Amino acid sequence: MLAAAFADFMQQVVSGFASGGIYAALALALVIIHRSTGVINFSQGEMATLCTYIAWTLTFNHGWSYWPAFVATLVFSFVFGLATHRIVIRPVERGNVLRVVIVTIGLLIAFNGFVVWQWSGEPKALQSPFGTDTIDVGGVVISWQDVGTILVTLGIVVLLWLLFQFTKLGLALRAAAVNPEEARLVGVRVSWMLGLGWGLAAVLGAVAGMLTAPTVGLDPQMMQPILIYAFAAAVLGGIDSPLGAVVGGLALGVLLNLIGVYVDFVGAELKLPVALLVIFVVLIVRPSGIFGRPEVKRV
Amino acid sequence: MPNLLELDEVEARYGPVQALRGVSLTVNEGEIVAVLGANGAGKTTTLRAISGTVSRSGTIELYGKRLRGGPEAAARAGIAHVPEGRGTFVELSVVENLRIGAYTRRDRQVKSDIERVSEYFPWMLERGGQRAGTLSGGEQQMLALARALMSRPRLLLLDEPSLGLAPMIVREFFRTVLHLNENEGLTVLVVEQDARIALASSSRAYVLEVGRVALTGSSAQLQGDESVRRSYLGY
Repeated sequence: MLAAAFADFMQQVVSGFASGGIYAALALALVIIHRSTGVINFSQGEMATLCTYIAWTLTFNHGWSYWPAFVATLVFSFVFGLATHRIVIRPVERGNVLRVVIVTIGLLIAFNGFVVWQWSGEPKALQSPFGTDTIDVGGVVISWQDVGTILVTLGIVVLLWLLFQFTKLGLALRAAAVNPEEARLVGVRVSWMLGLGWGLAAVLGAVAGMLTAPTVGLDPQMMQPILIYAFAAAVLGGIDSPLGAVVGGLALGVLLNLIGVYVDFVGAELKLPVALLVIFVVLIVRPSGIFGRPEVKRV
Repeated sequence: MPNLLELDEVEARYGPVQALRGVSLTVNEGEIVAVLGANGAGKTTTLRAISGTVSRSGTIELYGKRLRGGPEAAARAGIAHVPEGRGTFVELSVVENLRIGAYTRRDRQVKSDIERVSEYFPWMLERGGQRAGTLSGGEQQMLALARALMSRPRLLLLDEPSLGLAPMIVREFFRTVLHLNENEGLTVLVVEQDARIALASSSRAYVLEVGRVALTGSSAQLQGDESVRRSYLGY
């Protein structure tokens, strides 16, 4: 009886990690852009949706199998993110951050409109690369979809971490993000670094989108709740902390899953408000998040 | 042979405010040259004009080749600019600061250069993983210098290195700069509020007044002239 309850609990934890991995990927995208540009990219979710439609088109219309389509979509999303920065963000980047915020909100609407215009609002089915089988680990039944989602999101996160931490390009990306003036003095082409940041963020979003679509169905609004969860994850972890985004995403995924199952009155419908509550509480109790450093200015 | 650096009638402005009204100066290879003057005389702007962080007119030549473009281009041409108020990346570790200093280099000797440079600052390797923001002011200024050296600069621009540092630390800093000048042939253009130490460490100096060169000469000569000291240097 107790064992069954425990197995049930663990099952919720694992599937919480799977959705948490998706939140973490999108939260990390938000953090990368916030660190470098100082704004939240409100169109991050819609960019992810658009990229996921590209993957769907490749598999459904052109008969590609999932993984080649996955890789091609990542390449597309990188170029897409970079181009968005070069063409739309760069001209308004100087001066008030509010201008950039407004532009990203505009992009949200524009990308959403484009998706509906191009692919209609009808839900589509993106095949799952992991099938619908489950495995039994000591009484805990886990779906391959969950296992795959966790592995792919964590894999991408680890790859990005290696890039940022151990390569010259990664060092330049970080330097440009934290101190653009100084970075230019050592010869870093800051504007391109910001563009690369947008490209990488779009890649993370595309991963999140392609892993989300098989379970919830692909439609133009698919990533909107995920973006709210990603906000909550990023705020929880610390909006400028990449590690915080990942930990925050996983924690939020597990938390929401457990609350949805064990707290009767919440259920599936109130998960989103719970995420907003998390944002609210964190902003009051610890505005810099778990891993964020409180802002200290040297005088 | 052309001068290492030559400024000819350089003007610069911040919006409506003209900060430089035609500055001409030269720096020869292997020299330490000081730029002195009161607040607002245009000292910092002179360095910013050279590294391209402020829009300028007139000509600036490095080895007879005209400098164009922004700071990225200046860095690639071999100019290392340590700005006022510690030129370090506070979020990055000590070693990362050194590595980013070598960003424009394509050769493979960066690692051995880190060791070479840190011979001047032995504590840097021991504390290589420490975040630069947690260093003391003096240590950060030393790190900024080391970071600049990592680019193997043809010309080092130092902006007010003494700012906010204890006199003992300032002396140590200038001792190190002199040492690098003698040992490595490092050429330096230094802007300083503290005329006394700047004149003691340099071979020539320019005194700026409201965006123009008011006075120039050898540092020893300027140091010795009491009327110059009184009217321009305030000590």
